[in-house]
Amino acid sequence: MSALAPLGRTLVTLAALLGAWQAVVWATAAPRYLLPGPLAVAEAMQRQAAVLASHGLTTLTEILLGLIGGVLLGGISALSLARFRTARRWLMPVLVVSQAIPVFALAPLLVLWLGYGMLSKVAMAILIIYFPVTTALFDGLRRTEPGWLDLARTMGATPAATLWVIRLPAAQPAFWSGLRVAAAVAPIGAVIGEWVGSSSGLGYLMLHANARMQIDLLFAAVLVLGLFAVTLYAAVDALARRATAWQVETQPSDD
Amino acid sequence: MTQTDLDQTDRVAGVSSNPSSASASPPSANGQPQARPAGQTPAGQTMSLAVRVTSARLTYGGTCLFSDLSLTLEAGLTTCLLGPSGVGKTTLLRVLAGLAEPEAPTRVETSDGLPLAGRVAYMAQQDLLLPWLSVLDNVLLGDRLRRTRITPEQAARAAALLERVGLAGREADRPATLSGGQRQRVALARTLMEDKPLVLMDEPFSALDALTRLRLQDTAAETLAGRTVLMVTHDPLEALRIGDRLHVMTGRPASVGPALTPPGRAPRRADDASLLALQAELLRRLDA
Repeated sequence: MSALAPLGRTLVTLAALLGAWQAVVWATAAPRYLLPGPLAVAEAMQRQAAVLASHGLTTLTEILLGLIGGVLLGGISALSLARFRTARRWLMPVLVVSQAIPVFALAPLLVLWLGYGMLSKVAMAILIIYFPVTTALFDGLRRTEPGWLDLARTMGATPAATLWVIRLPAAQPAFWSGLRVAAAVAPIGAVIGEWVGSSSGLGYLMLHANARMQIDLLFAAVLVLGLFAVTLYAAVDALARRATAWQVETQPSDD
Repeated sequence: MTQTDLDQTDRVAGVSSNPSSASASPPSANGQPQARPAGQTPAGQTMSLAVRVTSARLTYGGTCLFSDLSLTLEAGLTTCLLGPSGVGKTTLLRVLAGLAEPEAPTRVETSDGLPLAGRVAYMAQQDLLLPWLSVLDNVLLGDRLRRTRITPEQAARAAALLERVGLAGREADRPATLSGGQRQRVALARTLMEDKPLVLMDEPFSALDALTRLRLQDTAAETLAGRTVLMVTHDPLEALRIGDRLHVMTGRPASVGPALTPPGRAPRRADDASLLALQAELLRRLDA
């Protein structure tokens, strides 16, 4: 198989999806202000490129800041949970509760507290990223090969050194799978924040376009957001592969 | 090591058998030599340590596996402990390694009266190599874990040990690129790097194929000569090839039989006729 095969498959999938979309437009004969075809959306994308870019930049910044913040907070939490028994006892319930409350319910509050600016959206993204990162890393830290820990004990290692030299590197594969999930859900956090109250960002643009029946622009904004999510996921995946190159992949690369 | 030596130990030893109570290991207060020329049998008794376990007791799930059991590890010799699975030999080794809490009234006494904590090197059935570290860094793991700065001398010593176990030139490779036998050789180099007075080995070669196992037994016997070693194994031939004192642990509650001393120096030839006769004797004791 040539190296171009994955790209070819992606293009074929994409073409099939666009074809189906166009087929629905033809079959239902829906008016353009309800369901625009792919060509109309592409046209809107081109026409409104500057608007999409500026709003997209806002959303992208929120997503990236949210990712950084969420990973930092999640990493610190998971390390404290793994290292200190007291932290496990006190933080674990908080962690679960943080997930039990839907972010949608908190969004208006965060906007009220942190304002209509970027900060409330970043906070939202952090909230949504925090849990997968924390649980994945904590799980990884808990599942260290017992033999390694035995060896470390006979070598006179301190708990901190064992955490740093053995448990943390061993938890890397788990951490990266958490981060993959986080990268995929991060845009949701930012966009929810923008829906509740904002003056820029793709979420704001979607609401705005929807209200003015500019459905082609709404679709264009959704596509840009999707593009962000896919790119982000691919970037995290590439980083993960590089960081855990020592890990032998058990899954056959081709079947 | 004479009986009087051990009696003296008895008097000195209010030595705790509880490894956690002796958490801070005395930092080479006994003037442990940093690096000994490879293969040299220590002439003085500074390095050689005798260890005696007495009144050992182990209950597991309400069943008494052994009680009032004793085992002596003579200084500078390799003691092999044979026995069927589940007899408690691994637990005995783990108690010595400080990995399991000894059950009262178990006592661990050393010939110099100091606690064992921090003075053992441990080698398990799995190689326990860290897959993200290079072969050389795996050998240097102890220094990393103790937060000791790794000097060029230490790195050179690690490389020399790798050469001794037959892995020269593989320093930068990752463990995943090595075969099972080579990985266990790295584990042996890591154990030797620790340079501790007592080496504890728990079925170190049992996961290897027959030929690889024989070769590794040779390397182990050569590199461990002159050290106090306890090796738990279920392979009578292995014990006969590299052990100086062979004990069979059987029964429930288990007891440790008298030492069997194979003639000659380790590593002994696997096809030696006298070994085969002793193997029959060992099998007979194991079956008893």
